[in-house]
Amino acid sequence: MTVPVVLGCCAGLLLLAVAAGPVARSRHASPLIYGSTGAICLLVCIAALTGGDDALVLPVGLPWLGAHFRLDRLGAVFLALIDLGGTGASLYAIGYGRHEPAPRRVLPFFPAFIAGMNLVVVADDAYTFLFAWELMSLASWALVMADHRSADSQRAGIVYLLMATFSALTLLLAFGLLAAPQGGYAFADMRAGALPPGRAALVLTLALIGAGSKAGLMPLHAWLPLAHPAAPSHVSALMSGVMTKVAIYAFIRIVFDLLGPTTWWWAVPVLTAGGTAATLGVLHALMERDLKRLLAYSTIENVGIVFIGLGLALAFRANAMPAAAALALTAALFHAFNHMLFKSVLFFGAGSVLVATGERNIERLGGLTRVMPVSAACVLIACMAISALPPLNGFASEWLTFQTILVSPALPQWGLRLLVPAVGTLLALAAALAAACFVRAYGIAWLGRPRSACVERARETDRFSLAAMAGFAALCVLAGLFPGLVIDALSPAVQLLVGGRLPSESGLPWLSIEPSADRNTSYNALMVFVFIVGAATTGWVAVHRLGTSAVRRAQLWDCGYPGLGPASEYSAAGYAQPIRRVFGPLAFRSSETVMMPPPGDLSPARIRKHLHDQAWELLYLPLCDAVLALAELFNRFQFLTIRRYLSFVFLALVGLLLALTLWQ
Amino acid sequence: MIQALAEQGTQMMVVLVLAPLLTGYVRCVKARLQRRRGPSVLQPYRDLQRLLNKEVVLPETSSWLFRAAPYGVFSATWVAAALVPTFATNLLFSWSGDLIAIIALLGTGRFIQALAALDVGTSFGGIGSSREVMIASLAEPALIMLVFTIALIAGTTQLSDIAAAVLSPTLGLRVSLALALIGFVIVAIAENARIPVDNPATHLELTMVHEAMVLEYSGRYLAMIDLAAALKLLMYASLIACVFCPWGLAPPGSTLARTGLGMAAWAGKMAVAGTALALFETIVAKMRVFRVPDFLGIALMLGLLGTLLLFVSRSL
Repeated sequence: MTVPVVLGCCAGLLLLAVAAGPVARSRHASPLIYGSTGAICLLVCIAALTGGDDALVLPVGLPWLGAHFRLDRLGAVFLALIDLGGTGASLYAIGYGRHEPAPRRVLPFFPAFIAGMNLVVVADDAYTFLFAWELMSLASWALVMADHRSADSQRAGIVYLLMATFSALTLLLAFGLLAAPQGGYAFADMRAGALPPGRAALVLTLALIGAGSKAGLMPLHAWLPLAHPAAPSHVSALMSGVMTKVAIYAFIRIVFDLLGPTTWWWAVPVLTAGGTAATLGVLHALMERDLKRLLAYSTIENVGIVFIGLGLALAFRANAMPAAAALALTAALFHAFNHMLFKSVLFFGAGSVLVATGERNIERLGGLTRVMPVSAACVLIACMAISALPPLNGFASEWLTFQTILVSPALPQWGLRLLVPAVGTLLALAAALAAACFVRAYGIAWLGRPRSACVERARETDRFSLAAMAGFAALCVLAGLFPGLVIDALSPAVQLLVGGRLPSESGLPWLSIEPSADRNTSYNALMVFVFIVGAATTGWVAVHRLGTSAVRRAQLWDCGYPGLGPASEYSAAGYAQPIRRVFGPLAFRSSETVMMPPPGDLSPARIRKHLHDQAWELLYLPLCDAVLALAELFNRFQFLTIRRYLSFVFLALVGLLLALTLWQ
Repeated sequence: MIQALAEQGTQMMVVLVLAPLLTGYVRCVKARLQRRRGPSVLQPYRDLQRLLNKEVVLPETSSWLFRAAPYGVFSATWVAAALVPTFATNLLFSWSGDLIAIIALLGTGRFIQALAALDVGTSFGGIGSSREVMIASLAEPALIMLVFTIALIAGTTQLSDIAAAVLSPTLGLRVSLALALIGFVIVAIAENARIPVDNPATHLELTMVHEAMVLEYSGRYLAMIDLAAALKLLMYASLIACVFCPWGLAPPGSTLARTGLGMAAWAGKMAVAGTALALFETIVAKMRVFRVPDFLGIALMLGLLGTLLLFVSRSL
C-alpha cells in the first residue's frame, strides 16, 4: 500500500500547486499552502518509514510502457530523507513565507518541487524517472527565479537552466545505453540485461556527469552557488539539503543497482571528483562573504564527502568485499542524511537573518546572538555538527568514512591503494577547513559587535521558523548521540545494494557503534556527551566552591585601547586571509597587490586581492567562447542569396547520394 | 568492576591534578637552561588559586557564549585527556572514544575557543582566532594522517590496542612509525602553542596566537582556560608516550604494585618529555606566522608518506 499512498500524496501536492496560483494573493494562502504541504510530507515520511516494498504500474505515460512505480529499501531511505526535509522547510515557511514579496511566484512551485523529488525516488522506469526529474528541475528553476528582477537571479536562472538541461540530457543518454538494444525502459529490464564493459563505463561516466552536476560535483558545480542562494531561504534549504540528495540517489540507483557488476577502476573518477569537490568546495566557502553563497559552497564540500564514501563502496564492491562496501555506503548515506539536517538549519538561520536585518553580507552583520538568542543557539549547533565535532551527527558519519579508509589497504589494485590515501588527506583537509569556515561564518555574523545599523533593528524570528530550526537542531543532536539507530535504519538499503551490512548496532551495550565485528574499534557518542556534561558541571561547581563567584561588567580591555568602534573588529575577509595565503595560490591562483601612496601623499593605502574561480575560467569561459565563435561562424549563413541556399541544398543532396552509393 | 571504576576515576583525577605540574616543570627547566632561577614548579597551582579568588571582569559586549566557553574548552580537553591511557590501558570507558574521537574532541575545544575569541569583538581576539584556525586547518589533517599511519600498523584506532600492538614482539622496526613520531611532535608543538609556532610566555606581541584569543578573559574563566591548556600539553605528552613508548603501562586487572609501577613509568616519561620540550624551546627561535604552514606541511607530508608506505606494504 505504500506506493499508492506516496502517489496519492504527490497528486495532492500537485493539486495544491495548481490551487495555489489563484489564491496566492489571499492573506491566509501562504500558511495554508505551506501547512498542507508540510502535513503531506509528514505523511509520506511516515509511510516510507513504516511501509514495506511495493510496486505499481499505471496506464499513463508512453503507451507501450506505462508508468512503473516501485519502492524498495533504497527508495524508502531517500523518501524519508526528502520528506523529513520537506516537512521542516514547510514548517519554517509558514512563518518565513509571510515576508515573501511575491507569493504567487513561490507558492505554486513549492509543492510541485517536493512532488517532483518524491516521484524521482519512486519511479521505476526511465520515462517516469526523467519526467519527475524534469518536474523537479523546472519547479526549482521557477523558485530560483522568484525574485526575477534582480540581475543576480537572472544570471543564476539562465546558468541553472542550462546546467539542468545538460544534466537531464546526460541521464537520458545513460538510460538509452542501459535500455538498448531491446528498448527495455523499465528498470527491471535494465537490471536483467548485462552491458559490455565499454558501454557500462560510458553509462558510469554519463551518470557521474548527469547526477554529479545536479549534486554539485566539481567542476560541474558552477550553477549551484548561484542558484541555491537566489531562491527564498526555505527553498535554498530544500535545494541544498534535499535536491542534492535526489541527485545522489540517481547516481546510486544507476551505478549500484541498474548497471550490474562493478569494475574496480570505476571508483577512480568517483573518488577523484569527490575529493576535489570536498576540498575546493570548502575553500570557496571560506573566501565567501555572502552568507547563503557560503552555505551553497559548503554543500559542494559535503556532496564531495558523500561521493568519497560512494567511490570507496564501488571499489569494495568490485573486489567482493561486502562488509567494507557496506561500511563505505553506510557512511555515505549517513552523511547525506546528516547534511540534510544541518544544512537545513543553517539555511533557515540565514533566512531569519535576512528577514531580521535585510542583509546577506556577513561583513555588515555581527552581534546577532544578543537579539536572536534562540536562532543563534540552533545555528550554533548546526555549525558544530557540520564542522564534524563530537558528539554531534556530522562527526559520526565522518568517523565512519575515516574508518572506511582504514580498511582500504586490503584492496588489491595498486591504483586504488595509491589513490585512497590521497583522498583521505583531502577528506581530512576538508574536515579541518570546514571547522575554520564555520568558526568564521558564525563568529563574524552572529558574534562580536554589530558592524552596521541593520543589526540594531533586528528582532527574533517568528515561532514557526524557530520550531523548524529547533526541531532539526535537536535531530542533529539525537542522530549524533544515537548513531547506531540511524545505521540500523540504513542497513536494509545497504544490504540491497552491496550484499552486506554492518553488524547490528542497536544491541551493543551503551549504544556504542562498532563498524565491524572483527576489529575492536568503537565510538560512543552518548558516553562522550555524558562525560563532557559531567566534566563541565564538575568544573563549574568546583570553581564556584573554591573561588569567588563575583562578576563585574566593564568596558572592553582590548590591550589597553578601549573605545575603538566596531570598525576595528576583524572582518570576514581579514579572517580568511591567512588561509588564503596558505591555500590560495594553488586553489585560486590568488594574488595580492598593495598600493602604497608615496611619502607625503595623504591618500589611503589599498590592498587588492585577486581570486580566480579556476573551474569557471578554465572550463566554462572557453566553452562559452567556443559556442559564441561557432555561432558567429554560422551567422554568415543567415544572409545569403536564394541562389546560394539552393546550391547548398543541391550539394547536400549530391553528398547524401554519394554516401549512400559508397555505403552499399 | 569496582577496581576498574576506581582506575578510571584515578586516571581522570590524576591528569587533572598533575597537568599544571608538567607546565610548571617545563617552565622551571627552561628557566634553568637560561641560567635563571625561575619560579617554583608549583607556581601554576598558585596562579590558578589566585585567579579563582579574583572577580571576573566581563566585557560589556560579551554574550553567553563568552561565559560558557571556558567550561566547554575545559571539559572537552579534560575528556580527551582522560581517554588517553596514561599509566594503565583498557580502562573502563576507554571504548567510548578512539584516537580519531580524541582528536575531534580537541577540535571541539578549539572551535569553542576560537568562537569565544570573536565574541567580544576586538581586533586582538580576531587575529588570534584567525591564526588559530589557520594553524588548525593544517595541524588537524596532519594529525589525522598520522593517526592513519599508526592505525594501519596496529590494525585499530583504539589507543589501548595500539599500545599493545606496539609492544608486541612481531612489530619490529618500522620506517612509518619513525615518520609518525616526528610528525606527532611537530603537531604537538603547534597545537600547544609552543615555540617556534607560538610563544606561551609572551603578551602584546603581534605574533601571538593563543594569548591573543584569551586576552579578554580574567578570574575563574582564565583559570579554566589555563587549566585546559595545561591539560592539553599533558594529553599530547601522554599520547606520544602511549603510542611510541608504551613500556610500563599497566595491563587491565593489574595488582596495586603493578599500577604503581605504571604510574612511576608515566611520571618518568612525562619528565623526559618536559625536559625535551624545554630544551627544544630554548634552542630554537620563534618563526614568522607564515612560516608555520611550511612547518606543519612537513607533518602533513610525513603523515601522508607514512600512510602511503603502509598502503604499499604492511611491513614498512
